[in-house]
Amino acid sequence: MNEQRVVITGMGVVAPNGVGLDAFSAALKNGKSGIAYFQSLADLNFSCCVGGIPPLNDKIISNYFTPLHLRNFNSDGIIFGCIAGMDAWRDAGLTRDNNQVDFDSGTIFGTGTSGVEKFREAIYQLDKGNVRRLGSTVVAQTMASGVSAYLAGFLGLGNQVTTNSAACATGTEAILLGYERIKQGKAKRMLVGSCSDHGPYIWGGFDAMRVMTYKHNSTPEKASRPMSASAAGFVPGSGAGGMVLESLESAQARGARIYAEVLGGHVNSGGQRNGGSMTAPNPLAVQKCIKEAIVDAGISASEIDLINGHLTATSKDAEEIKNWQVSLQCGSNFPFIQSTKSTIGHCLAAAGSIECVASVLQLYNGYIAPSTNCEDLLPEIEQRIGADRITKILTQRNLQIVAKASFGFGDVNACLLFKKWG
Amino acid sequence: MTNEDLITALKKIVKPYVQDELAFETLGEESDFIHDLKINSAHLIDVVLDIEDHFDITIENEELEKMVSVGSAMKLISTKIS
Repeated sequence: MNEQRVVITGMGVVAPNGVGLDAFSAALKNGKSGIAYFQSLADLNFSCCVGGIPPLNDKIISNYFTPLHLRNFNSDGIIFGCIAGMDAWRDAGLTRDNNQVDFDSGTIFGTGTSGVEKFREAIYQLDKGNVRRLGSTVVAQTMASGVSAYLAGFLGLGNQVTTNSAACATGTEAILLGYERIKQGKAKRMLVGSCSDHGPYIWGGFDAMRVMTYKHNSTPEKASRPMSASAAGFVPGSGAGGMVLESLESAQARGARIYAEVLGGHVNSGGQRNGGSMTAPNPLAVQKCIKEAIVDAGISASEIDLINGHLTATSKDAEEIKNWQVSLQCGSNFPFIQSTKSTIGHCLAAAGSIECVASVLQLYNGYIAPSTNCEDLLPEIEQRIGADRITKILTQRNLQIVAKASFGFGDVNACLLFKKWG
Repeated sequence: MTNEDLITALKKIVKPYVQDELAFETLGEESDFIHDLKINSAHLIDVVLDIEDHFDITIENEELEKMVSVGSAMKLISTKIS
């Protein structure tokens, strides 16, 4: 079977600074922060009391879930994922049929953990000896694949239905996995993306590691500072991003609007060797991942107009820039580089998918979104690529190719290349 | 509690779980939860928990197996609350 070309025909997003493509797109252009202070975190003695939670309410949620679904429901990540996923499906011009299974469409929708609040609720019941009182949905809400299972049920997906998990590279990996499945001709459409719960039970472990900033509790909108000399750790976020990937053949046959083509990508791991560890990336592996992605996409590095970096606002930002520079071998012609986390924080398992949506919005609409909070650019980054490679205000620019990379705990890497359509 | 009160209370409890509205309109003692009312078998567990809360009773596993219709549920609840 001939290899299929793969395009993006729909997108959906639930981000701390905007729910839905329109709101998120406006926030992205305006550099609007979705980071706020949470007294609830201070009350639990968190060092970092700022975070990003998507502005959802019961009315919005009831447009996607029935009252029966919401009975005893306490799994925010699944709610975020289903909203982003169903929005992407609708945005692609696809409908749902309540009686038919669509064997040509599947989903790979990732997460880190699922339903941590529900799990907590269940553990309290269990420890009181009340196992029989847990109700029927604890498993569905707390299994890692809960989000893909709910989405498949809503949309009648009959191809592969699964959930991937690769820490903070989850979302980017999901898109690559869906791309590969369509490319191989095993599916016509794949709903791909990722989601992450919010709140203390997800964020606590990072606070304990002191990798989240504790220096900006009084200035939440300034807290997430990728590439800044005053960066002091990441700001935790949450949400979901979703995309409908489709074979070019299928998209053209139904006259679908095409946002971009997925040219290719790569995932690998640094094996927690040569400087890599559970929490830090092996630089050689990061460089290899980017280089292999470029080869897979069949382009030359000089064709990349914009990079959407992983850039979390930890001490690793300068090293990431160095890795891009070494991989691209582009001398003084470094592409523009944008940090979406400056406005939404680090959405963990949801980061890759939300940031891929941000990447494709910039590509499709021809602009580079502002990277905020880096007015005091790290000198090492400035020396390496020049301050003008990072745009602090909205910049109109005809972009042809955008590269996106995400890195995660476990020393895992994922890199994708998107090309403007037409 | 009269049979009529009981069926009214049960109707209110099962309503959110019913997927066949027509069968719900004509709900009677002979209505089978799964086959007639099309309540998903996993949700039947939630119906039982709601019944326990409403009537302040405990339904044992063996009793649960026999609780297949509205009538059998009514009989079980009656013996528990009398």
